[in-house]
Amino acid sequence: MASRFAGIDFYDVDSLLAEEERMVRDAIREWVEDRVMPIIGHAYVERRFPKELVPEIGELGMLGANLPEEYGCAGLGNVSYGLIMQELERGDSGLRSFASVQGALVMYPIHAFGSEEHRRHWLPKLASGEKIGCFGLTEPDYGSNPAGMITTARETADGGWVLNGTKMWITNGSMADVAVVWAQTRAPGDAKGIRGFVVPTDTPGFSARDQKGKLSLLASDTSELVLQDVRLPASALMPGSTGMRSPLMCLTQARYGISWGAVGAAMACFCEAVDYAGERVMFDGPIAGKQIQQVRIADMLTSITQGQLLCLRLGRLKDEGKMTPQQVSLAKRANVDMACNIAREARRLLGANGILAEYSSMRHMANLESVYTYEGTHDIHSLVLGQTITGIGAF
Amino acid sequence: MNITVCVKRVPDTETRIRIAASGNEIDEGGVKYVLSPYDEFALEAALQVVEEAGSGRVTVLSFGGDATKESLRSALALGAHEAVLLKGEPTMDGWATAQVLASELEGDDAALVLFGVKAVDDDQQQVGPMVAELLGRPCATAVAAMEVGDGVATCWRTVEGGQEVVEIDLPAVATVTKGKYEPRYASLRGIMAAKRKPLREKEAAVVEPGFVVESLEYPPPRPEGRIVGEGPEATAELVRLLREEAKAI
Repeated sequence: MASRFAGIDFYDVDSLLAEEERMVRDAIREWVEDRVMPIIGHAYVERRFPKELVPEIGELGMLGANLPEEYGCAGLGNVSYGLIMQELERGDSGLRSFASVQGALVMYPIHAFGSEEHRRHWLPKLASGEKIGCFGLTEPDYGSNPAGMITTARETADGGWVLNGTKMWITNGSMADVAVVWAQTRAPGDAKGIRGFVVPTDTPGFSARDQKGKLSLLASDTSELVLQDVRLPASALMPGSTGMRSPLMCLTQARYGISWGAVGAAMACFCEAVDYAGERVMFDGPIAGKQIQQVRIADMLTSITQGQLLCLRLGRLKDEGKMTPQQVSLAKRANVDMACNIAREARRLLGANGILAEYSSMRHMANLESVYTYEGTHDIHSLVLGQTITGIGAF
Repeated sequence: MNITVCVKRVPDTETRIRIAASGNEIDEGGVKYVLSPYDEFALEAALQVVEEAGSGRVTVLSFGGDATKESLRSALALGAHEAVLLKGEPTMDGWATAQVLASELEGDDAALVLFGVKAVDDDQQQVGPMVAELLGRPCATAVAAMEVGDGVATCWRTVEGGQEVVEIDLPAVATVTKGKYEPRYASLRGIMAAKRKPLREKEAAVVEPGFVVESLEYPPPRPEGRIVGEGPEATAELVRLLREEAKAI
């Protein structure tokens, strides 16, 4: 049996972390080892999100952990938050996606743009995991170009709203109690007209359908939301949401966490590959003693260490209030690409065994293809950086 | 009811230990330190007893250098109410350590002083019973579960092949082993709260160690596996060995 996961720390990154940050990382690492690792392979094969873990995730304080304590959150710094994402995704990207969506895409906008009533009503329940949230921005024909969305919010004579439209690729969609839905309140294409609404999922006209046929993120709820004449009171509008900029701010939060999460998935694959290489005997010796595998694992260690330092620096910038969305694009793009490569190489090192659910690498490899694509595709982040460098938009 | 839990900072059990050039201590470079796992059982026992009683405080006490504060804060994150660090150079001498701790515990109002059954680094199992002796209090060792009543604690002790139930008059000392008390996870709110809990530092009493480590050696290589028999008839012997020898079940 493999030893308990100890992470990777070739550059003594631990000494750059505060004691509190190490304690947070270790607490989540231990929880993932004990509670997630024994079940996640099965859950994945059964195409099931392990919802039974949600109360513990909430109780330990992982949801919206960087939001203030007055709303029932842990009030942690951004590096601690990132380390939570790293450890969760070391378990499975689906689990990290759940926490990212709940924290960065539901709790963050309610905190940042919602009314005080929204905050008081929803945040403590979302923090404890008693309620689950989802985020409806992407549409079937508007993924990379969300500003073009065709979901509409029409104001009624009594000051309420009526929402109509379809949202796609919505993590937590089918199990959510509340949806943060983005809709166009003005003419199509008017980026300033996009506003956010807090929509209880039992509102008449709201329905969610599980996305069938996935080959990635199997231990995650991915759904389509249909909004058909969903009537909402005026109070459903998040007063602080001011156009397309607001959902993009949410995505910056989530992408920040993803850049850490990818490091966790990569570490899981690296550790599995190194353990396996030490035990697997071929041609009278462990394959760890073969030059070709040593090149593989040397490359993996190098890029994990780079990714680790990248997101730690990003976290420090975020804590100092200096982080830019473009820096987040760079980290999300670089680290997820790194993790995709490592997962694939680890799977190859594992040979035929690497295709089994008993091992993690192929699961991570399949998951990371979604992570590569969601929250701004790799290509779109390339264009963000291209525009930042040249000043010329190439979208 | 108040409980004091004495804890020790030890190398993580996953750490690969290297012997330092001096030959009589370990190389601390790159070693990660944790609360001794048996001390975590003791802390969990204390927290559960106080939670069930609905009142009382759990204090964690340790003897060590500045780095020990990290271990104490991790105990605070798990739910202890306050921590005391007796600052000094930790020693392998159980008797010296017991004297240092007992000098602090004299006059302590704790009805129970709990220890892990042993520290996983030096495995000596001395300090708890020695502290009991110094304080003149009864001591139950290797306690797997306990119930605390009025002036008395009932302890279930793990003994070879079974359990022994003992009663000890309070105030008392007990050492706790794996059993009922599965340590909780530190919650993130607990970690934040730990920063605000009191951690008092005091100079430890000076006690000259009378026990010196001459040398350390690596353990011999693990012996080959043993086949106890074949087929269903081997099961009984296998179960007996797993229970009594390997203590795996």
